[in-house]
Amino acid sequence: MKIAVSSEGKGLNSLLDVRFGRCNYFVIYDTEGEIAKAIENKGQMSGGGAGIAAAQQIIDEDVDVVITGNLGPNAFNLLKNSDIKVYRCGSINVERAIQLFNEGKLDELTQAGPAHAGMGIGAGRGFRGGR
Amino acid sequence: MNIAILSGKGGTGKTTVSTSLSVITGANYIDCDVEEPNGFIFLNPSQLKKEEVMVDYPIVDKNKCSLCGECVKVCQFNALVKTKKEIMLFEKLCHGCHACGIVCKNGAITFEKRTIGIIEEGHYGSLICKRGVLNVGEPMAVPVIKKLLKDLPKGLNIIDCAPGTSCNVVNSLQYADYAILVTEPSSFGLHDLKMAVQLVRNFNIPFGVIINKYNTGDERIQKYCKEENIKILGIIPYKREAAEVYSSGKMIINLPEYKKIFEDIVKSLREVFPWS
Repeated sequence: MKIAVSSEGKGLNSLLDVRFGRCNYFVIYDTEGEIAKAIENKGQMSGGGAGIAAAQQIIDEDVDVVITGNLGPNAFNLLKNSDIKVYRCGSINVERAIQLFNEGKLDELTQAGPAHAGMGIGAGRGFRGGR
Repeated sequence: MNIAILSGKGGTGKTTVSTSLSVITGANYIDCDVEEPNGFIFLNPSQLKKEEVMVDYPIVDKNKCSLCGECVKVCQFNALVKTKKEIMLFEKLCHGCHACGIVCKNGAITFEKRTIGIIEEGHYGSLICKRGVLNVGEPMAVPVIKKLLKDLPKGLNIIDCAPGTSCNVVNSLQYADYAILVTEPSSFGLHDLKMAVQLVRNFNIPFGVIINKYNTGDERIQKYCKEENIKILGIIPYKREAAEVYSSGKMIINLPEYKKIFEDIVKSLREVFPWS
């Protein structure tokens, strides 16, 4: 199973970014081989449709589970239609977030958050999406 | 001849100035503030004709589509997404550029039209009044503005622009021969006036400033205009009577004092920018 975590950095010890569309990286962790790699989020600098661009990358990477803080309505519908499960987590380090997920301690995101929550650099950081 | 009325800051009185000038000079009134066109509240034109504004959006034929994803790659607006089963479209992000149709090797993409707003045209006395109305929730106003300005009535037109210095304003300005910048004496007014001045200077069209809501001894706009050598066309005072008339949906030129002010503005307009 492949797990993608929206993240501020490239490593497992980077902080989870609660924004989905405009996070810097996605750290992708494969539970079978226990390999982690990071891909740069193409959505972060797009003028519009950041969540859509980010979701497209997640779909292309054949990810099964996404862990992030919040999803806008477009990205939410896309991931739902592609049978990708989304779990909500606060701003903790990526490795810990994956651990919590494996222990079944994260809630599934069943509702889209507000659109444009992460617009502007850092504007949405910290106050939305965390628990 | 087209005169564009703009302001850096919203709520400074573009519509008040535009409608008053239209009536006094006998110019046609064109409301380009399509996100909230409210000039018709004051002019209340009769015999309204309506016309829809359409934009193109792609439709993917699932039988012909091979899911190669070329259309998704070429889309600069993230309007298309390739999922495992199909190509999904987010129509509000689509700019109707047809790039996806051009790159599709299988000929799976055709285009249809959807309505994003309407153009309304009516008469106030002998004046032609036109406005664009963008549908609620639509993010792109430019197609409506373009259609509105494509066939302008002959003679003198007053173009009431959107606030700020956005795409909407830039598009409206392309059709203008002269610009009037409306501002108010406050630090926000001055800040946004400076941006509007930069914009019209880039367009290289002659312009002047009208100061609205003038009630205190705040001279910062006058000082700035003097330094920059910008002509002040008129100063409109801020008074309770004007606010009362305005908020009941009537034009402030119903008040003799304000009518005189606007007649003086028209006089100074003719000095710097003569029209027949």
